[in-house]
Amino acid sequence: MTETMADDSLYDIAIIGGGVVGCAIFRACVLAGARTVLLEKGGDLLEGASKANSAILHTGFDATPDTLEAACVRRGYALYREICADMNLSVVKTGAMVVAWTDEDLAQFPKIIEKAARNGVTVRLLDAREAREREPALAHDVRGAVLVEGEHLIDPWSAPLAYARQALLNGGTLLRRALVEGGMRQDGVWHLDIAGKPVVQARTVINCAGNYGDLVEAIARPSPFQITPRKGQFVVFDKTAHDLFRTIILPVPTALTKGVVVTRTVFGNVLVGPTAEPQQAREFPTVDHDNLEALRKAAFRIIPALREHDVTTTYAGLRPATQFSDYQIEALKTEGWITVGGIRSTGLTGALGIAEHVVTLYRDNFADPAPLKDVALPQMPNLVEERPRPWMQPERGPIACHCERVTEKEIEIALKDEVLPAGTLGGLRRRTRCMMGRCQGFYCTRRVMELAEAHLPGLVTPIGEDQRGDGRDV
Amino acid sequence: MYDVLIVGAGPAGLSAARVLKRAGVERIAVLERTREPGGLPRYCGHPGFGMLDFGRLWKGPRYARALTEAAGVPILTDTTVTGIEPGGVAHVSTERGLETWCARAILLATGTRETPRGPRLVSGTRPWGVTTTGAFQEMVMKGIRPFQNPVIIGSELVSFSALMTARHGQVNPVAMIEENAHITAQRPADVLAAMVYGTPILLSTRLVSILGGERVEGVEIEQDGEQRTLACDGVVFTGKFVPDAILARTSGLSLDRGTRGPAIDSTFRTQDLQVFAAGNVLRAVEHSGQAALEGRAAARMILRALEGKLPDLGSAVPVACGKGVASVWPQRLYAAPRGRIVLHARMEMLQRGVLRLSDEHGRTVARRRVSVLPERRVELAVSAAMLVGVSTLRLDVEK
Ligand SMILES: Cc1cc2nc3c(=O)[nH]c(=O)nc-3n(C[C@H](O)[C@H](O)[C@H](O)COP(=O)(O)OP(=O)(O)OC[C@H]3O[C@@H](n4cnc5c(N)ncnc54)[C@H](O)[C@@H]3O)c2cc1C
Repeated sequence: MTETMADDSLYDIAIIGGGVVGCAIFRACVLAGARTVLLEKGGDLLEGASKANSAILHTGFDATPDTLEAACVRRGYALYREICADMNLSVVKTGAMVVAWTDEDLAQFPKIIEKAARNGVTVRLLDAREAREREPALAHDVRGAVLVEGEHLIDPWSAPLAYARQALLNGGTLLRRALVEGGMRQDGVWHLDIAGKPVVQARTVINCAGNYGDLVEAIARPSPFQITPRKGQFVVFDKTAHDLFRTIILPVPTALTKGVVVTRTVFGNVLVGPTAEPQQAREFPTVDHDNLEALRKAAFRIIPALREHDVTTTYAGLRPATQFSDYQIEALKTEGWITVGGIRSTGLTGALGIAEHVVTLYRDNFADPAPLKDVALPQMPNLVEERPRPWMQPERGPIACHCERVTEKEIEIALKDEVLPAGTLGGLRRRTRCMMGRCQGFYCTRRVMELAEAHLPGLVTPIGEDQRGDGRDV
Repeated sequence: MYDVLIVGAGPAGLSAARVLKRAGVERIAVLERTREPGGLPRYCGHPGFGMLDFGRLWKGPRYARALTEAAGVPILTDTTVTGIEPGGVAHVSTERGLETWCARAILLATGTRETPRGPRLVSGTRPWGVTTTGAFQEMVMKGIRPFQNPVIIGSELVSFSALMTARHGQVNPVAMIEENAHITAQRPADVLAAMVYGTPILLSTRLVSILGGERVEGVEIEQDGEQRTLACDGVVFTGKFVPDAILARTSGLSLDRGTRGPAIDSTFRTQDLQVFAAGNVLRAVEHSGQAALEGRAAARMILRALEGKLPDLGSAVPVACGKGVASVWPQRLYAAPRGRIVLHARMEMLQRGVLRLSDEHGRTVARRRVSVLPERRVELAVSAAMLVGVSTLRLDVEK
């Protein structure tokens, strides 16, 4: 079912929050046979925490053992690899290396290895020479590394969009620009107040509101957790840097410094970050020059050859952190409510595992519908550089964005899609990569605006006919 | 099989095509990745084009048309060159898919672009409404505008173009902001125009951060150690041009640290003897007329190359940037019994003194007095005969 206005029907489940976690739960609920609506306050999905992350599919080697997070990450990792090919999603195997530069770093290795073993992840110790052999671009004073072969990179937007799309193709309902402002429960039914829209009724509500999780939780009960968003800033290097190395370079976590991750992206760039800065504001995270400069320098320290490469862009994301380090997932049987909060820094990986766990909670506490048969599968457009892209095909039509080689057709498909069209410019960029390249829209903004104008009103306004600079000579 | 493939249908590429065509070269094609030829002038709705090469004072689009008409060769639009290999091989993406084309010579004329927000590491949120002059001009030319009251960052020539574009687009900039104590552009007419348009120019003013949620709501600026907020709904980053040399780079042609474009010799050849480069891809940024003249000069060298008359790549004398010199091009010169080579350079800062080209023994090969701002190009004429027996060269500014 496509996006519709709310009707007066009663849903089995209303999910609040269309981040990666909400999208995965949406899919799982629909496939489990529940009539489900997903409510997202943003103009598109993935406008919150899920907008900006490191795009790593974690093995969970460094998770705190025996936590819910460790379990969900392990399961999410396995499930993603199981289902990705069916939806034309990619997973790029790079492996990761926790790299030591000092004696203190080296002293941490036994702990890292032991933790990985407890998490059931195979790792291997590399001495300095082996580390350099695997990644010759590493600075020469590398002292050794713990190699985690199983770490992968994924497309952080196509994956959750695929989950939501599969839910929609199989009868789920999505309401965007649907800010849940409050709600009350009467005779076992939640009546959710949506700003400027009709009330949505559902038997069970699932709170996946990310950085707003505690505020939404307050609809059901005094929130047992408080969100203090933790900002992470990133610097993105040009695609020219892509072939310098392959393995994700992770820092040794020490009590004092977090260190930075240097990784490729599946789109062919190199990413450096993130920082970890607690803050109060729940949206619109800022980047700041000094931290960006520090990230750049840190990257040069790790991969000196990065000095020869330009920065393409910078961005920041907000982790929904609480006072607890573990996920906050709980079913409130008497309230008809499931809490899914504090999915801080592993949600992209954990999402499918979380969703499976939530469906189990739903079946145990609320209802046990028959799973859907004949499940429809979405086919996602490929944005991953290692696989063929549309611009390489015959009859590609004009290319609109030359840095990322995005065709006009791809942009039109994303805008006119009947199931889940781009709802914002950000959404269009996440679906196609237009304007995301080294020129950051110098060459393509105009064309993208022309294509998007009718679908995403408000980005540009027309200039009065007679006033336009048409270049005619006088 | 082509004689010459020209990559980029801007002033340099189209001017080269014209010379080659007139000289009787038959199999020429200009490959252009966008939908229409003309390059950046297409979107410059203000006058100032065509003076050097057509002796006319046109607006950009008229100039772009004139270049296109004068070229007289097939211009293949919607055609992207994705890579070049030794042997004159070009990988080309067309409507038909990916193809491999061959040519006796390839000219890179891929131009230049402005530095957007990202690489400037500017602080703040990342709302809609942050753009570059180029993108802004293109939008206004097509009758749309992304904001009403932007700030303009920078005071280069192009920054004043942004002001003129704003006027055409019924956009009223709230201010032009320049970090330095003086305006970068050196055309008083432009400054005057800015005053006529009523846009305040804030000197010694730094952009601290961009404010706003979905859209730009203001900027934080710092002037004389004091910070304040300026309400605006857009930010135009102007200038800080860089060569659009990505094709050269990904094709394995080394870029020069100073110019950030492909290094060339005095025959416009890159280190691949079949690949030439001309125009703003060599170094950012000169006005279109200069790029056009370089296109023509490169074409004359290509003609000689087709006749097998260019010197051996190996016999070139490299020129290095010395004290006070930010960039120099061409980066390799040839000795000859007679003739003159023009060396171009830019300085690191405001320089007054003597620009001196010396050989490995410190012997002066050429010199001239200079007094220039860093973004200004200086020319130094070098006698080719002076280079006989020289193995390396170095360019310094001395007091
Ligand atoms: C810097 C950084 C790096 C990261 N790197 C990785 C990584 O490499 N691998 C990995 O697995 N994970 C990573 N993560 C973690 C991952 O991004 C998060 O765990 C995940 O995005 C959390 O998703 P969510 O759905 O819980 O939250 P969100 O994406 O924030 O979704 C919540 C949604 O709820 C909506 N909402 C809120 N209130 C309401 C309301 N009242 N009504 C309607 N809608 C509402 C919001 O608009 C939002 O869209 C990283 C995170 C960050 C910030």
